[in-house]
Amino acid sequence: MFEIFGIPSQALFGQLLLGLINGSFYALLSLGLAVIFGMLNIINFAHGAQYMMGAFAAYLLLQHTGIGYWEALVIAPILVGATGILVERLFLKHLRKLDPLYGLLLTFGLAIVIEGVFRNSYGSSGLPYQVPESLQGGHNLGFMFLPNYRAWVIVLSLAVCLATWFAIERTRLGSYLRAATENPVLERAFGINVPRMVTLTYGFGVGLAALAGVMAAPIYNVSPQMGSDLIIVVFAVVVIGGMGSILGAILTGFTLGIVEGLTKVFFPEASNTVIFVIMAIVLLIRPAGFFGRTA
Amino acid sequence: MSDTRALLSVKDLEAWYGESHVLHGVTFDVQPGEVVTLLGRNGVGKTTTLKAIMGIIEQRTGSVCFEGRELIGLPSDAIARCGIAFCPEERGIFASLDVKENLLLPPQVRPGGLDLDRIFELFPNLRERLRSQGTKLSGGEQQMLAIGRILRTGARLLLLDEPTEGLAPVIIEQIGRTIGTLKAQGFTILLVEQNFHFAATLADRYYVMEHGRIVDHFAAAELHANTEKLHDYLGV
Repeated sequence: MFEIFGIPSQALFGQLLLGLINGSFYALLSLGLAVIFGMLNIINFAHGAQYMMGAFAAYLLLQHTGIGYWEALVIAPILVGATGILVERLFLKHLRKLDPLYGLLLTFGLAIVIEGVFRNSYGSSGLPYQVPESLQGGHNLGFMFLPNYRAWVIVLSLAVCLATWFAIERTRLGSYLRAATENPVLERAFGINVPRMVTLTYGFGVGLAALAGVMAAPIYNVSPQMGSDLIIVVFAVVVIGGMGSILGAILTGFTLGIVEGLTKVFFPEASNTVIFVIMAIVLLIRPAGFFGRTA
Repeated sequence: MSDTRALLSVKDLEAWYGESHVLHGVTFDVQPGEVVTLLGRNGVGKTTTLKAIMGIIEQRTGSVCFEGRELIGLPSDAIARCGIAFCPEERGIFASLDVKENLLLPPQVRPGGLDLDRIFELFPNLRERLRSQGTKLSGGEQQMLAIGRILRTGARLLLLDEPTEGLAPVIIEQIGRTIGTLKAQGFTILLVEQNFHFAATLADRYYVMEHGRIVDHFAAAELHANTEKLHDYLGV
């Protein structure tokens, strides 16, 4: 145990870890938002609610079928992603040709409805979800104690973010997605079923949110408002990073999580607002965000 | 003149951009293996005709019959999969893809498309630029890329929209030779051109458009007798 800038190492690295955890969720969620915005030109306000549905899917699977965490990591994103596909086919598809504002309004309304339904059924207080047995406990690293589950969250988020980046930027399928982001009309005229690709992309973005929800369940309480608490910060992250770039979303998410964690150590009064302050500054100097496409 | 053996038969094609009625009863046909050119001034509806055939313009009525199959009402991806390929006026090279990805993007819609080696024979420059970002190529290279990528698909009817626009004479010559080679290989080409002299080296027949309508029609052999009329139409 030692001190850095007058702060005990345990406290500093503890907060850094917390910052990295938060950053993992910021990165995963802003990645999903960036992918959806790139393809559909829609700001998916329902993202927080879909994250919450992922957590609830894990909780309900355990409660009613005994299906545990590891299977839920796969099943919940598929289930919630499927609801996303339904939303796209039933509603978002028809808003394609209109002002992006309509998509925003629709997904915003959807978020309120989803949250209301869950609050009606499960109340406002959090429901518990146990850390899976194989990830319980932790290791003492000397300068701090590292819980296994927290380490797992960081590793898995990094892996998913990098895998998604690789799939989009370096694969053939990714080239179809990138082309559709640029000129969907021409791409369709080559014979590629662009509408179907757009639907599946929305489903994938929603699935990413749900995956984050499953990962969040053992750390935070599973509650109907867990999404709306988080999504406001994620939108600020997205504004700072800019909607244009996949890598930008990932980097900004992790960085801001760490910045928030460090602020909590050195200037705790500001920790709730630091991301929004940064967002205001970025909007003044570089409105498109650090990695955004300048219009 | 309509012929049931025509590869492409367009009848009474009407099209709208929103409220604006831009094509009025366009009727023409293209026989297999022909190069047919749509001529006309800027804004008469030549590009619009190609886009209406391709289904890129959705508000359209009339009949577009390809290999006996009615295309009116089909979405553009279905039309492409029937075996038609479109090379737009602005080339449409994707900036977020490199040259190789651009080349490989259009899927095979018919067997017998040119493989990459054959495309590099036609356009050797592309081989050296494979990993460059698509839009970092010069105008001529982008045009070659735009033509090259649709040759991979196996489509036998090519819609080429002003392939020589804004290009240097040397490149124009190369493109002319390429189209000549494609014609010799049995491709059918519907060409939109303002560069009349370029079209004259390749076309079997010409249709002249004005105000969204076909107003005249010549075979290649009749060209010489009609040059003055053409100059009037084209305003040169």
